[in-house]
Amino acid sequence: MASITLADLGKIYPGGARAVGGVNIDIADGEFIVLVGPSGCGKSTLLRMVAGLESITEGEVRIGDRVVNKVEPADRDIAMVFQNYALYPHMSVRQNLAYGLKNRGTPRAEIDRRVNEAAEILQIGQFLDRKPRALSGGQRQRVAMGRAIVREPAAFLFDEPLSNLDAKLRVAMRLEIKELQKRLRTTSLYVTHDQLEAMTLADRLVVLNGGRVEQIGTPLEVYRRPASAFVAGFIGSPAMNLLDARAVPHLPGTGHAGTIGIRPEDLSVTADGPIQMDVRAVEELGAQRLVHGHTNGEAITIALPSDAQITDRLHLGFDRANLHLFNRETGARIG
Amino acid sequence: MIENRPGLNLLAHLVLIAGVVIVALPVWVAFVASTHTATDFMSGTVPMWPGPHLVENYSRMLDAGVSTSGTPPVARMMFNSLVMALLIACGKIAISITSAFAIVYFRFPLRGLAFWCIFITLMLPVEVRIVPTFQVVAGLGLLNSYAGLSVPLIASATATFLFRQVFLTMPDELVEAARIDGAGPMKFFRDILLPLSRTNMAALFVILFIYGWNQYLWPLLVTTDAQYYTIVAGIKRMADAVDGLPQWHLVMATAVLAMLPPVAVVIGMQRLFVKGLVETEK
Repeated sequence: MASITLADLGKIYPGGARAVGGVNIDIADGEFIVLVGPSGCGKSTLLRMVAGLESITEGEVRIGDRVVNKVEPADRDIAMVFQNYALYPHMSVRQNLAYGLKNRGTPRAEIDRRVNEAAEILQIGQFLDRKPRALSGGQRQRVAMGRAIVREPAAFLFDEPLSNLDAKLRVAMRLEIKELQKRLRTTSLYVTHDQLEAMTLADRLVVLNGGRVEQIGTPLEVYRRPASAFVAGFIGSPAMNLLDARAVPHLPGTGHAGTIGIRPEDLSVTADGPIQMDVRAVEELGAQRLVHGHTNGEAITIALPSDAQITDRLHLGFDRANLHLFNRETGARIG
Repeated sequence: MIENRPGLNLLAHLVLIAGVVIVALPVWVAFVASTHTATDFMSGTVPMWPGPHLVENYSRMLDAGVSTSGTPPVARMMFNSLVMALLIACGKIAISITSAFAIVYFRFPLRGLAFWCIFITLMLPVEVRIVPTFQVVAGLGLLNSYAGLSVPLIASATATFLFRQVFLTMPDELVEAARIDGAGPMKFFRDILLPLSRTNMAALFVILFIYGWNQYLWPLLVTTDAQYYTIVAGIKRMADAVDGLPQWHLVMATAVLAMLPPVAVVIGMQRLFVKGLVETEK
């Protein structure tokens, strides 16, 4: 168990392309941090730099009090779970779990103890003598997690571990990972592009865009007070409406803002609402219906109860407190 | 084809049967010839059914050989061929798998150059460089030795490329997982790459064993001592009867014997062979 500190961390590839820059994150011992962002935002690169699979060109990574920039992955006291599991196909589950320990010269009895313990935690006891190819996707994912657990590392690194699973299993495994991490209290760094996964798992979220940190905060903080227009659009489903302030000039108190953000669920239909919306399409989600349309040429979406009456033109109102204002050029939050 | 027309079925069978006959008839004739005496075969009518001299001919060839042609007993030549084929097959696999490992997994200076050097040897099979190679082997005093028979044939670009392709299909995550699990390069090679390329090695072994077994020109050049004659080159020597008729029944017995080990290898390793060539998923 250990804290992890990323100080001014950056990565420039030999060709000069910058993947990540100026990342500062302090991860407390036992904390579950999720790195989230669109593809190509540098989140995997960041994780791999912590793991030691990618060289560090700027700044430093500290695990515990030790700077690990030049330390081999095996000696960083971390364990990683890969998206495609990366199980050794020719080894049985037991051998897969034991391989890392064997290489470190752990005594046999200790290996057996840890493997059996991990198998019990993950309920893969009956598969121990099977080969990975005889397992389903969810079972393989458990084995991959087992391989991380048996090492009893200072930190778990997860690289989109649920992306290869079907939707239902993903939700179930998400919960299991959360419970497991609570139980083991191991510092975890988790990469995903799925904002829902990020919201549900994280103690704190790190939203990345273009190799830069946009915001760090608890899921609710990020949801309620997005630090930039990018975060506002990325976190939350359906996505927040981001309107050009010029398209809705008559809204009170928004004169200095470039972009106005309002979540679809914070909008309501009121007869004298300041926003006029021309309805274009309706999506039925069962519990809600999402109504898509335009206001002065800007796309806008509103989430309504499934029994709401919908006419071709709606007048929308909102609570002033739910309004998010952003600078037009920088995207930074201004109120 | 999806159509179910008896005429087409018949045609397909005829074509296949013709193919089998073309391939199998010479083998059958060789076998039949090896079970008769010399005179039966010279009498003008070629017998089509096995004669009574099978045991006699084969045991004679295995034990004594044909003294007039200067070849040792067939058993000796088969042993030589076996040693040569095994050395070539195993040597090629060992060298090419390690060089492919180096090319794929290590970043060293002049890596590109090394790769192209290996690539260029594709254009230089033994037959092309036979004179200089002979010169080198003779200079090293390797004439009439197993090393002389096999070493010049071991370097192989084809096998290196095959393993390179195999290694390139290994997922990067596997390499990374091994690194995190604390497996150094050689440990990774031994514990993960080797077991995962098992079927490819088997497929290659079959091909290379037959390649080595069928070597003709090179053994003919470097062996002057009858103790090192290989069987394929030996058959030629037997058929070259200097004064007198070639002992066709004995030559054929030798040919049939020479066919057996490659056939045994193919049959024995067929399952792995097909798997190694077809399997792409790691």
